Order: sequence, then structure tokens, then C-alpha cells
Amino acid sequence: MADRRIDRVPRGNPALWLPLATVLLLGALVLGVMIGPAGNWGSASWNIIWNVRMPRVVLAGLVGAMLSLAGASYQGVFRNPLVDPYLLGVAAGAGLGATIVFAVGRSSTSGWLIDPLPLAAFLGGSIAVLVTYLVGASFGADRSGVTLVLAGVAVTSLATAIQAFVLQRNNDVIREVYGWILGRLTVASWSDVRLVLPYVIVSSVVLLMHRRHLDVLRVGDDEAAALGTHVPRVRLAVVVAATMGTAAVVSVSGLIGFVGIIVPHFIRLVAGSSYRRLLPLTLLVGAAFLILVDIPGRVLQDPAETPIGVVTAFFGAPFFILLLRTRRTAS
Amino acid sequence: MSSLAFRRLTVRYGKRTAITSFDDLVRPGEWLCLIGPNGAGKSSILRAAAGLVVHSGEIEVDGAPLSIRSARRRAELVAYVPQSPELPADMTGAEYVLLGRTPYIGYFGVETDHDRSMVANVLERLDLADLARRHLGTMSGGERQRLVIARALAQEAPIMLLDEPTSALDIGHQQQALELVDRLRHEHGLTVVSAMHDLTLAGLYADRLTLLHEGHVVSTGSAAHVLRAETLSEFYGVNVMVHHDDDGTVVVVPKRAIS
Ligand SMILES: Nc1ncnc2c1ncn2[C@@H]1O[C@H](COP(=O)(O)OP(=O)(O)OP(=O)(O)O)[C@@H](O)[C@H]1O
Ligand SMILES: [Mg+2]
Repeated sequence: MADRRIDRVPRGNPALWLPLATVLLLGALVLGVMIGPAGNWGSASWNIIWNVRMPRVVLAGLVGAMLSLAGASYQGVFRNPLVDPYLLGVAAGAGLGATIVFAVGRSSTSGWLIDPLPLAAFLGGSIAVLVTYLVGASFGADRSGVTLVLAGVAVTSLATAIQAFVLQRNNDVIREVYGWILGRLTVASWSDVRLVLPYVIVSSVVLLMHRRHLDVLRVGDDEAAALGTHVPRVRLAVVVAATMGTAAVVSVSGLIGFVGIIVPHFIRLVAGSSYRRLLPLTLLVGAAFLILVDIPGRVLQDPAETPIGVVTAFFGAPFFILLLRTRRTAS
Repeated sequence: MSSLAFRRLTVRYGKRTAITSFDDLVRPGEWLCLIGPNGAGKSSILRAAAGLVVHSGEIEVDGAPLSIRSARRRAELVAYVPQSPELPADMTGAEYVLLGRTPYIGYFGVETDHDRSMVANVLERLDLADLARRHLGTMSGGERQRLVIARALAQEAPIMLLDEPTSALDIGHQQQALELVDRLRHEHGLTVVSAMHDLTLAGLYADRLTLLHEGHVVSTGSAAHVLRAETLSEFYGVNVMVHHDDDGTVVVVPKRAIS
């Protein structure tokens, strides 16, 4: 007699959702490459497709995948579903780094071998999170991560204040800075893709490898420890990986909000809340989501584009409210 | 079967000392029940054995100190059911019980078919098969508590620490859960240390009771020895009647204070 009872205990993998999400991503890729202001497939030249649309679609996919995955991971590690990947100050730090580059003068850096803008944003984001971690750990009597989140709030405020001060002194660059803050995939090129790809790969692999640990952490630090998990080590690995990936994509795309919250929540709604399913699915659906959301911004207001951060917020905020409502009625 | 020894265990939270120099040897296969008023230090002893609070003194399993073990190895030896477990509302029953297999899965590993059939088996034996696919948030308090016990069983550790495992159960399920622990104890030779507030039940199931008060042991031994009206009134400040049945059962019944 075959033991059917074992089927009551579902496997950790996302089963049939995985092919579905893959198809969605492929569809989004094709659509993204086909549609654009220079005409649809056939009328647009190969040059435009290869050098303008492809890198932009690929970059949107990488950014969307990374932000969604990092968001879901942060939510797991801090056991709070409303947390986003910018929680520990990445966004504010990256914003400050970018602002400083703009203030120093883009013209004076135009001849540089490597563009200092993504570099400064990456450094700013990483330093901000490092400060958050050091401050949080030094006061961290509790192990739940609350101190860390509070430290993140403090560091965010500080970085934002410094940024405002720099802007006030250099108000001629406010426009450019806000253009960056609102997110842009406009000038995406293959070199941007090459810049972020290694970080996205390493960070995604590390996060995906920790997905079972995130499920264990759902019962709290104490019980996870009693079940044999080294909680501080898991938390550090996940936070470092998620932060590194986020800082990398933010440095090329600016701040694109809501993705890291909407996508994981959507997946939880359709495929359940186990992180072993959630993480692989967020990666794929997050990529598809940002590729699709980038399309209207590209064609609607041609040639002046709507910043993608505005589009995600425009779709994200109502969707988010809807999600909260369904969660409410479901429970 | 494994023994559990406490040697001069002291637990402090800041300046407050919760347990002072606790010594005990729980024999292999024995069920020790910790009793005592709120704040006596019962949970602190169990939490120390589960490795969740810093403490001085040593806790040994089969003569080897737990402090030198890795968290994973410790979890293979000691399963712990906390007083108020964290129950994620959107986790399913099967996912929850599967967490008990954590110590056996490598850092980057996934659960094997053996882990899954082990969980299915435990669910079956505890009559919880219907809860496998339901979310914890939709279950009654008693159903959740039985799942927590199921998770501890799935951990297959020779030593089981239960912190008020039946506080949310009705009288029928209380009996069912304790009978189950007792049966498994005999089948698998588990060593059990529990904290319980129901003194009659404690006396009924445990081999030995230890009465704690403000972090000190005030009495230890059989139910008949520990559950005496004068002792209880001294340390709980209650007025009780203790009834000894012919078969050795000790029943503790509260009495109204006469004013
Ligand atoms: N995390 C903590 N920080 C500070 N003091 C604590 C902490 N946990 C417990 N205590 C204190 O330690 C003492 C013993 O607590 P413990 O939880 O071990 O008691 P208990 O016997 O399990 O009580 P109860 O029957 O209420 O569960 C109490 O005085 C309590 O206030
Ligand atoms: Mg207690």
C-alpha cells in the first residue's frame, strides 16, 4: 500500500506556481521588447530593440526581481509584513550619495572613466545600513530586531536631513535630484545591466538559500533557537544580502517604491505565506511586474516620460489598500 | 533514554534572580513536574534547559554538558514547548509541525520524504490529520496546543520540556494530551520535564513533583509527599483540601475561606 498520508504534508517547493510565474515573466519580456515609442515589433529597427529596449527591459526585470525579493526577505527577518527593502536606510543613504554627486556637479564628472553616480548611491546606501547595524547592535539588548528598525528610522532621518541641507545650498540641482529619486530606467544601457547583475545574482542566491530559515523564524527568535537555528547568523546573512542587492539596483534605477511590498503580498494571497514558496515566486513575479509597469510610462507621455517610481506608486497605493482590505475580511 | 541533570543552575534577569542554585537529576524515562506559584521560576528552568536564557551552573544530558553543544545538536536532544508559543496565523498545521524537523535539515538543505512522512505520522497519531491544511489562525486554542505538542514530538528528542502544555485545553483534551505524552514517554523512553498549574493532574501523571518558591526548591518527591495542605497553604497562600485516594491518587480541592 502506497502511503498517501505523506501527501498531507506539502513539499516546500512552489509546485505548479513556478511554471506559471515563469510564463508570466516570459510574456512580460516579450511584451516589453515589442512595445515602445519607436513603433512595435517589425517597424522598430534592430538597433533600437537591441540597444534601447532590451537593456531597459532586462534592467527593469532585475530591479523588480531584486526589490521584491529583498522586500519579502526583510519582511521575514523582521517578522513584519509591512516592511520594505528601504527599511534600514538604504534609500536615504543612496539618495544622499546621489545628491552629493549632483551638487558637486555632473558636468565636472562627465569625463570620468566610470560614472560616479551609481557608485556614490551604492556607497551611500551601504554606509547608511552599516551605521544602522552598528548602532542597532550596540544597543541591541533585545534580539527581535526592533532596535535595528528604530536605528534605521534614525539613520534615515539623519541622511534625509543632510540631503535637504545639501539641496538647499545647491537648489539648481533640485530638479535632477528629484528626477533620480522618482526612479528612472530611461537611460538604461547594457553597461548598467553589467554593473548590477553580479550583485543581483549573488544576493538572490543567498536569499533563496535562506528561505527555509525564514519559515523557521516565523515562530519567533526564541522558538527558532530552540529548534536549532542560529538566529543572529541567519538574520545577518539575510540583511546583508538583501541590502547589498537593494543598494546595487537603487544605484542605477533610483528609488522605486511599493514594489517590495506589493509583489510579496500578492504572492502570499495566491500561493500562501510559506517563505519557501514565496521567495522564488517573488523573484519571478517581481521581475514581470516592473517590466509591465514600465511600459505605460514609456509610451503614454512620449517623449517626456513619467518616472517609473510615480507609476508604481500610482498603481501600488490603491492596490495596497485593496490588499489590506482583503486581508482584513479574510481574517 | 536520556537523563537530565541540573547542577547549581542559577538564572538572573538583570538584578532579579529567578532561580537560585537549582540541583536535580531527572532519571532516564522519568517525568518530573515543576509546580509553584506564578513567578516561582518554573519557566526559567525550562528556558535554561532549552538554551534560551543565559545562566550559570551546568545542565547535562547523559552526563555531557549542553553548553558545549551547537544549537542544532541541542535541539536534537531537547524539545521545548513554550508557555505561550508563537503561532503565525497564516501558517498551515502541516507546515507548523514540519518545523520540528529543523534540527535534522542541513543549513542549505530541504526536508526529505522521511521528514514529511514523520510529520504525517505524528499528525495521524495525534488525530490532527484534518488540521494539516488548515491555517493556525482558524483553529481553536486546543487544536493549536495539540499542534504545538505535535511539533515537539516531530523533533524526536529524547528529552521533552513542556511549559504548561495543557493550559488552554478542556478537561477531555487535557487528559488526552497528557495521556499521549505519557504513552509516548513509555513507547519511546522520553524523559519529560513539565511545568503545570493543575496540581491534581501534575500528581496524576508525573513520577515526581518539585515545588518551587521564589527560585528555591521547597519540596520534592511523590505527589503524596509534596501535595500537603499545610505546604500548599504556606507557599501558595491558599486554603485547600487534599484528598488521598486508596489507589494513591492525590486530589487537591480548593476550599472557600471562612470569614
Ligand atoms: N525576561 C525576563 N526579564 C526579567 N524578569 C523575568 C523575565 N522572565 C521572567 N522574569 C522573572 O523571573 C521570575 C521567574 O519567572 P518564571 O517565568 O520562571 O516564573 P514561572 O514560575 O514560570 O511563573 P508562571 O507560573 O507565572 O508562568 C519572575 O519573578 C519573573 O518576573
Ligand atoms: Mg511560566
